Amino acid sequence: MSQFLPALVSILFHGLAYAMVLYLAAVGLSVTMGLMGFANLAHGVFAMAGGYLTITLMAALGVGFLPALAVAILAVAAASVVLERTLYARLYTASEIDQVLFTIGLVYMATAAATFFWGPSPQHLALPAALQGDIPLVGRQFPTYRAFVIVMGFATALGLWAGIERTRFGAMIRAAVDNRAMARSVGIDTDRLFSLTFALGGGLAALGGGIGAEILSIHPAYAIEHLVYFLIVVAVGGMGSIRGPFFAALLLGIGDTACKYLFPEIGAVFIYIALFILLLWRPAGLFGRA
Amino acid sequence: MTKLDRRTAAVHPVDHIAHSHRLRWPEALPWLLIAATYLLFPSYLALGSQVLIMVLFALSLDLVLGYAGIVTLGHAAFFGLGAYTAGLLAAHGWSEPISALFAAAVVAGAFGAASGAIILRTSGLTLLMLTLAVVSLLAEAANKADSITGGADGLQGIVINPLLGRFDFDLYGRTAYLYCAAVLLVMWYVVRRLVHSPFGRSLTGIRENRLRMHAIGAPVRRRLVTAYAIGAAVAGVAGALQAQTTQFVALNVISFHLSAAVLIILIFGGAGRLYGAFVGAPIYMVAQDMLSRLDPVYWFFWVGLLLVLVVLFARGGILGCVDGVRRRWP
Repeated sequence: MSQFLPALVSILFHGLAYAMVLYLAAVGLSVTMGLMGFANLAHGVFAMAGGYLTITLMAALGVGFLPALAVAILAVAAASVVLERTLYARLYTASEIDQVLFTIGLVYMATAAATFFWGPSPQHLALPAALQGDIPLVGRQFPTYRAFVIVMGFATALGLWAGIERTRFGAMIRAAVDNRAMARSVGIDTDRLFSLTFALGGGLAALGGGIGAEILSIHPAYAIEHLVYFLIVVAVGGMGSIRGPFFAALLLGIGDTACKYLFPEIGAVFIYIALFILLLWRPAGLFGRA
Repeated sequence: MTKLDRRTAAVHPVDHIAHSHRLRWPEALPWLLIAATYLLFPSYLALGSQVLIMVLFALSLDLVLGYAGIVTLGHAAFFGLGAYTAGLLAAHGWSEPISALFAAAVVAGAFGAASGAIILRTSGLTLLMLTLAVVSLLAEAANKADSITGGADGLQGIVINPLLGRFDFDLYGRTAYLYCAAVLLVMWYVVRRLVHSPFGRSLTGIRENRLRMHAIGAPVRRRLVTAYAIGAAVAGVAGALQAQTTQFVALNVISFHLSAAVLIILIFGGAGRLYGAFVGAPIYMVAQDMLSRLDPVYWFFWVGLLLVLVVLFARGGILGCVDGVRRRWP
């Protein structure tokens, strides 16, 4: 018992931090999937780009962590709008296989470009002094950085939730997810909405990639290696939902950490089996509609 | 339009479908090329066997993706299962190659049926994720079970008996090449019969309009699971061939990259045409052999770029473009 409780707290804490990174990196994919039905397997590239930009701005130009993060988010959001207008928009009506292949092509190009510019090894995020060390919490020491990630994750989730539920823009997104044709017929400019949502999703992914660079390390295979986890978060959460991915990320992050901690031999296998059972029970995800 | 006119107009497409299973002369081309390669390039037969294996692997995906319309990122799971089945049998004393092919087909097919029955209840992104999860699950299992599979070091100690008790697997890969070609010929014939059968027609129907197939009473999910399992079994045979001809199985036989590679091969060639695999695999494999020797990083970049261009400008792949040209200049 004396060992059980600290282990549990440790699993919860590290699982939460991991879950927040997964949530930030994947929530944009859920919304774009729900809005446009676009199977964007290259979503992880936005997170990877956010990570690389943050680290490079800090290392090469000596920018602080938070300003670098902000610049990375804006840059990735801007780049994702350009991509959306020039390339993705051509494929909204294409078949699923075309979208899949197109985005795999983007992932491959991004992987090669990242290797070309930064080399194959993982990049290290130099944390500012304020985020180094530990903070005491209920009689134990926790890494400040992970606590910061958890707080940022929750804050973003709350902000997103309020934005989607309480603002006019959020209402427009919800309307378009429910019924795109009807939303268009009442005068919502769905093309513009798509672009803005795509930018928002890209920016959120960049935030996840940048802020979580010490949890999911930034290296060229990032977008491929974590693709299955991003897709799990979206599919388990339910497409087009904001709430769903949050709870799905919590389940996956904490569950994965717990399994790897408690059963290091079969941990990852256990997660996949749980996933199959969950989706047999609810094929449309936790918060999705069949 | 009189009644008779309408009837004659309707006969033509029916004729077309009724005769589509007949062999036409261009279908001999791949086999002539395979024979010519054996005679003209005796020093490239090792690569040639790899190409033939990828043709078979892509052919199995054509059944699943091109005909049944199941978009999968996990087809390498079955290739890997077949490879490990044949490899483990041969490493533990079962050195007869042809019976091991059957064993690989049974194992991969059974796993395809079981996993298909679970994951084909879903569709879209969820299905995509589950196919990827199956590959990740098996890759993780193969990696963790290193006492059985050899883990990251690969499975070694594979011993293969002479083919039919007579033909040794020689250093130049002559036997291996002919073995792969013969297996490919048999599997091609099976898949060809299958896609022209009523079963194959109903798969195309499901791909084109699932709702309508439901409405006319076709057992849609059972058909899809069957197609998925057969595709898995054929992919397992391809994997087993790889294990037997290279006498080595590495973890990368179960990976996202191999799943993506076979998808790319099929799409480059042209999916749902039975011969896309024969066109895509040689081009992809030879290009990879030449370009990745320079630098594998650039190889990924060019594949990615080509993929984007194919999707934007040349849907239907190479065979699709050939069809388009033929339609314009008949």
